Amino acid sequence: MEKILVGLKRVVDYNVRVQVKRDGSGVETDGVKMSINPFDEIALEEALRIRERGEASEVIVVSIGSAESQQQLRTGLAMGADRAILVETDTSTDPLTAARIFKTIIDRENAELVILGKQAIDDDNSQTGQMLAAIWGRPQATFASEVSFDGNTARVTREVDIGLETIEIDLPAVITVDLRLNEPRYVKLPDIMKAKKKPLDQLSFAELGVEPAPGIKELAFEPPEARQRGIMVEDVAGLVAALKDKGLV
Amino acid sequence: MSKVLVIAEHNGTALNQSTAKCVACAKQIEGAEVDVAVFAASASSIAAEAAEISGVDRVLVLEREENDPAIAAVLAPQIAALASGYSHVFGPSTAFGKDVMPRVAALLGVNQISDIMRVEGTYRFRRPIYAGNAILTVEAPAEATVVATVRTASYQAADGGNTAAIENVSADAELPTHTRFVGVQTGQSDRPDLQTAAKVVSGGRALGSADNFGLIYKLADKLGAAIGSSRAAVDAGYVPPETQVGQTGQIIAPDLYIAIGISGAIQHITGIKDAGTIVAINKDEEAPIFEVSDIGLVGDLFNIVPELTDALN
Ligand SMILES: Cc1cc2nc3c(=O)[nH]c(=O)nc-3n(C[C@H](O)[C@H](O)[C@H](O)COP(=O)(O)OP(=O)(O)OC[C@H]3O[C@@H](n4cnc5c(N)ncnc54)[C@H](O)[C@@H]3O)c2cc1C
Repeated sequence: MEKILVGLKRVVDYNVRVQVKRDGSGVETDGVKMSINPFDEIALEEALRIRERGEASEVIVVSIGSAESQQQLRTGLAMGADRAILVETDTSTDPLTAARIFKTIIDRENAELVILGKQAIDDDNSQTGQMLAAIWGRPQATFASEVSFDGNTARVTREVDIGLETIEIDLPAVITVDLRLNEPRYVKLPDIMKAKKKPLDQLSFAELGVEPAPGIKELAFEPPEARQRGIMVEDVAGLVAALKDKGLV
Repeated sequence: MSKVLVIAEHNGTALNQSTAKCVACAKQIEGAEVDVAVFAASASSIAAEAAEISGVDRVLVLEREENDPAIAAVLAPQIAALASGYSHVFGPSTAFGKDVMPRVAALLGVNQISDIMRVEGTYRFRRPIYAGNAILTVEAPAEATVVATVRTASYQAADGGNTAAIENVSADAELPTHTRFVGVQTGQSDRPDLQTAAKVVSGGRALGSADNFGLIYKLADKLGAAIGSSRAAVDAGYVPPETQVGQTGQIIAPDLYIAIGISGAIQHITGIKDAGTIVAINKDEEAPIFEVSDIGLVGDLFNIVPELTDALN
């Protein structure tokens, strides 16, 4: 295939202990470390491996977000992507609108495969890939833990609740990736230098002609109800006694 | 008035408990009428089970060869066609529901509400974000169909005892052939199912090998418990992936959860927040798992677990 599109979302790093703002208007992001959504990094790694096997010729990373998302795109270029596209917006983008944006880019680029993370670890929505496949009228292979190609079909193993399911899909298609698909490569310093010269195009919603989808209103953010720290027992006898006390054994 | 269509999850012959949980959630919408749709090749036993769920008005049966095994791209256009006439379409927040429901939402031109943990109103819901580190109250537009997944760990399955009407219906939709089921590999044993078990014994990286996981199996057998694990244990190949508990694994709510040699990363904790009693066994007294556990025991699992297994005789 010719081109693979990969989505890279800028999110609060997975190691950060996220705090809800006092006024309930959102979560604290000031001075907080931001990174590529970990699933998206895996998506990019897979795309690069497909290209390196000679099964695709170009990998394009796409981010929808603030100007700062350029950092994540540059990291993606340093990992090995050929080009980057930033669709700039200062507000957060809902999954259906994001899917519509990807669809317009697919059309512009004639992409045959889109690889996305199975979810972003900020909203935990897990929707964009499925929605993109729907409006494109093409197959979706979600939660992928193994991907291989045979001509115009892909064979994808998916992590489902009862184990591993394998499906076969015709290209073009959307794949969303799970954690065990691969281990993303580390970026080396010379690659970061090289990445600075790679093209990064900026596009706006208006240029793409995308109509935002009816949004879901975010009314209030709250911290979760905390579980109370319980008791510590000294030994196995104490543990068994505590379990008996609760009627659990 | 609200009319909710719940999409049944099943394995081809039996209904998954997630369906009764979705019904329980749907019934929290004031005055809601709830129908369950069963998409299957041969639906009679599944539909009979669905008809027993209390609160269900009608069970709609859509029998087609293509509906078994379930493929999101095949089901979604049928669900979307059936959705007209409903104010809400709900599915479970399981691998099945997460796969198919957003595809339905997109076909209906709406965003989805993922992982409803509480109903606040007809269009207003609470859901976890950031691996459960924040709870967001959202409101869907009233003029469009609400498509949502239900966080099954937040709901008790609705009771049985009902005798809802079962009707055959058809959905006018063209079904794609671009996606084909090849097979499924399941490590399922005769052990209790992780999603529905009252007790779960879970092991982490500290077990060190698949062989050592035998300690976890022995304790679980003693307790009649299901097996759980951390991502680190799965990645290391000690246990199959379907045992993983957490943000990207299963979200569960057993009465008893025993975490053994698991540090308690936020991505793991988010999978057990609704457990009744959490027991932690860890040699590091500073391990974050102790911040959320009801009963903690500091020590070496390789001594504690065999001793505990014996003590439960
Ligand atoms: C996007 C993303 C999603 C993720 N999703 C999940 C998920 O769904 N589920 C999940 O579990 N993780 C998930 N993780 C990984 C998570 O961050 C942790 O890395 C993982 O949970 C750690 O597993 P662990 O507790 O087994 O291992 P470790 O963190 O290494 O902890 C091992 C623990 O064992 C203890 N120990 C060692 N030896 C002994 C002994 N002899 N006796 C007793 N205790 C001992 C140690 O003190 C330590 O606390 C995710 C990560 C990311 C980035």
